[in-house]
Amino acid sequence: MSTATPGLNAEALRSRLEQLAASAGIHQWDLGAACSTDTSVQVDRGEAKQLKGAQRSSITVRVWNGDGLVGVTSTSDLSESGLARALAGARDASAYGNPDDTPAFSPLATAPLPQLDQPHHAPRGILHLLDTLKDAERQLLDRHAAIGTVPYNGLAERSSERIYLNSAGACRQQRLSTASVYLYARAEETGRKPRSAGAMRLAYGAADLDVAGCIDEAAERTISHLDYAPIDTGRYTCVFSPEAFLDLIGAFSSLFNARAILDGVSLSSRDAIGEQLAVPFLSIHDNGLHPGNVGASAFDGEGTPTQRLALLEGGVLRNFLHSEATARAFGVAPTGHAGLGAKVSVGPDWFEIGPAAGSSGGQGGLDRFQASEPIVWIDSLSALHAGVKASQGSFSLPFDGWLVKGGEARSIEAATVAGDIRQVLKAIIGFEGEAKVTPDGLCPLVWVEGLSITGEA
Amino acid sequence: MTATLPALQTDGLGSHWTPRLEALLAAGRAAGADLVEVFLERTDHLGLLAEQDRITSVTPAFGMGAGIRVFLAGRDGFVSTNDLSDAGLNQALEQALGMLGLQRNGAVRSGFEGLPALRDFGAVKADWLPRCPALNEATLRLLEGTDQLQRHGRHLQARRGSYARDWQEVLVAASDGTFGRDVRLHQSVGLNVLAADGEHRSSVGRRYGTSGRPDDLRQWDAEASAREVCESAGTMLYADYVEAGQLPVVLANRFGGVIFHEACGHLLETTQVERGTTPFAGKVGEPIAHSAVTAIDEGLSDGAFGSLCMDDEGMEPQRTVLIENGVLQRFLSDRAGELRTGHARTGSGRRQSHTFAAASRMRNTYIAGGPHTPEELIASVDQGLYCKSMGGGSVGPTGQFNFAVEEGYLIENGQLTKPVKGATLIGEAKEVMPRISMCANDLELAAGFCGSVSGSIFVTVGQPHIKVDSITVGGR
Repeated sequence: MSTATPGLNAEALRSRLEQLAASAGIHQWDLGAACSTDTSVQVDRGEAKQLKGAQRSSITVRVWNGDGLVGVTSTSDLSESGLARALAGARDASAYGNPDDTPAFSPLATAPLPQLDQPHHAPRGILHLLDTLKDAERQLLDRHAAIGTVPYNGLAERSSERIYLNSAGACRQQRLSTASVYLYARAEETGRKPRSAGAMRLAYGAADLDVAGCIDEAAERTISHLDYAPIDTGRYTCVFSPEAFLDLIGAFSSLFNARAILDGVSLSSRDAIGEQLAVPFLSIHDNGLHPGNVGASAFDGEGTPTQRLALLEGGVLRNFLHSEATARAFGVAPTGHAGLGAKVSVGPDWFEIGPAAGSSGGQGGLDRFQASEPIVWIDSLSALHAGVKASQGSFSLPFDGWLVKGGEARSIEAATVAGDIRQVLKAIIGFEGEAKVTPDGLCPLVWVEGLSITGEA
Repeated sequence: MTATLPALQTDGLGSHWTPRLEALLAAGRAAGADLVEVFLERTDHLGLLAEQDRITSVTPAFGMGAGIRVFLAGRDGFVSTNDLSDAGLNQALEQALGMLGLQRNGAVRSGFEGLPALRDFGAVKADWLPRCPALNEATLRLLEGTDQLQRHGRHLQARRGSYARDWQEVLVAASDGTFGRDVRLHQSVGLNVLAADGEHRSSVGRRYGTSGRPDDLRQWDAEASAREVCESAGTMLYADYVEAGQLPVVLANRFGGVIFHEACGHLLETTQVERGTTPFAGKVGEPIAHSAVTAIDEGLSDGAFGSLCMDDEGMEPQRTVLIENGVLQRFLSDRAGELRTGHARTGSGRRQSHTFAAASRMRNTYIAGGPHTPEELIASVDQGLYCKSMGGGSVGPTGQFNFAVEEGYLIENGQLTKPVKGATLIGEAKEVMPRISMCANDLELAAGFCGSVSGSIFVTVGQPHIKVDSITVGGR
């Protein structure tokens, strides 16, 4: 059994909107539409636990009223009456549009789009997914006697399509197929606390998923946490895994977000371009076009092409992320990071973090297993939604990781890491190893000195 | 301005759906399913955002959809769709059947005797949506909130007010004779500020929410809410970071209940029993907490955010005593939980929307009041932390939980002293529950949102002031 590939007919949608808008006296409008077909499976000790499918469709319509103010409405009802109601709702909401911050069409909504190498795969079908995941679970359980269950697991494939249209003739359309697998194992040894860790992989189709790599990583990480000990509270040099450092930067991405700056909730100010925010050997780019960014969008919610953008070069702030409206307010071009709304959100795509071009990259030859002092190796951060105060710069986060001492790594029982992002960016010592491609970006291991660790010892 | 958003189409969900639902359920049963369930939904959402003294975002949204779930021998297949046509629903059913290796064969009804009369909990709620404040009135109320922030706050760099109104109509039919309809209305209003003075910054937010009260926004005390937010922001603006360590803590009432929600509540859901991720499986009748602790989950409190007339599987909610005097009494269970773990359903099958299969989830969850005054709890601590306001938290697959303290104070020699910020509490349920040694007599509830396997749902957390004898406080 396989699932059908969804389909949106952009020209038919445009034609319907044009007719409805004309009859409602609406002269300027744009819309974002998306539809998808998802299939996913979960297993539990060799049996199917839940098999799931979904057909979704949604549309967001914006209209500009006679005063130039913008209103928006979203719906999952793509019927004629649903579209008419969405247009009417958007027109009525436009009476409350903000005259101080009115979006317009992106000047880049008809600019050429980047060519993305995104092979489209037909879905393999749910029974294939089920067999694959059952086998993966069995292999993971077989890796160690202490691994008793894989309580969080899933294998999914998705076919999706999204469209951006506007009344000035812009027409963007992208089809995509993606697949994902995640395996989070739970292990417990007699008289010891249960431990858990996992891994995930993304690809353009289920057949391309690195399931074996996912099993290896989940097993290796879970087993590595079986032997644990409490850690003394204190200040430590910390080594962030690529995933953990990308999570941290992502949680504080309002530093680079022009919308947050205009709203007064960013640590950056609008005249901060050129400021030294970090050590001079650090660079951060946002690059949704990186080949490692599985499922990259070719355009943002306003139809602006996705691009690679320097945020920090040599530790110096170079650019902000923009929508059309924020770009206009700053006197620059949109950067392809917008959503779609009456108040347009702005967000990053996919970070590239590493040494600045031409720099030393900080302290060379870093190796946590050769360090002369105890090192806290942070594998993954938790509860970022609760423990990060983005507008203050502070964080206090639980983490999974290891204490590396004398060349040996031992899992830390339970601990938090706390600090200030501005201090972290200036306390980076250097990088270890090659940059790793993760679902959220590209990053090597990052060494940071002097962070507060709270343990239970 | 008098603009109003168009009303929902009147062709809603009701007993006129009976023939179509019966055909779907009969087809599923005839194909060999043990049980077939259809969940239909229509939604109408309004979101407003005010920043400083201007409305900056009005976001209406409406939708509809169906979730079809098929059970066979303890397994289930679930398919959701936005297409409520006969063709769309039949395709979804066939896909769900196919997941379990079943095929629709077009046979006559087998083992399904038709649906009974509709139990319509929504019949008396037809006027709820029209009685809610119109767009213009809602914007004015919200602007009153940001104006009150300006009046009562100092050093405010940003003021925000937000309002969300979520109306949902659901129809649940299953081949075991379940057939119910309900209308839900949730409204919440939030105020947030960012205060800044030189290098000092504090950001504070509060959200207030109710269910089933169309007049809620009208009755909201904007000034009292603004005072509370501004007072907290002012206090925390110059607070030092908390020093880390193992400390006794006193957690304030209302949203302090998030500790029980995260540390224990999730572990008493049968979804966790199914996964083997709760340390409390098989412990019914055994002590799992201090004898001072009695904990309840219910869906009945009038106006509370987590209250329901029926759950998302058509069952009326109950008052479920989870822990009584420290002894585990029951788990929260849904249809699948009952099937797979043997724990009887408690009216706790909940989901965010039709795109999720229902799962056992909390409703209004709280620790019952005790004999002490809050002052007695604080006086019993020599050196510790008072957590006046809590942020969010989470629990992991090994039962380890964490949550952030938004507003904290040191307790020194039984007295509250200076404010501190940046604290995170971490621990394990099995270890912390026996350390809740004192409960005060001031139980209060607070509205919140809970994200888990079946999406983000409306819940209430609550507790009186409680004392935890020792917990890890993460800080600097």
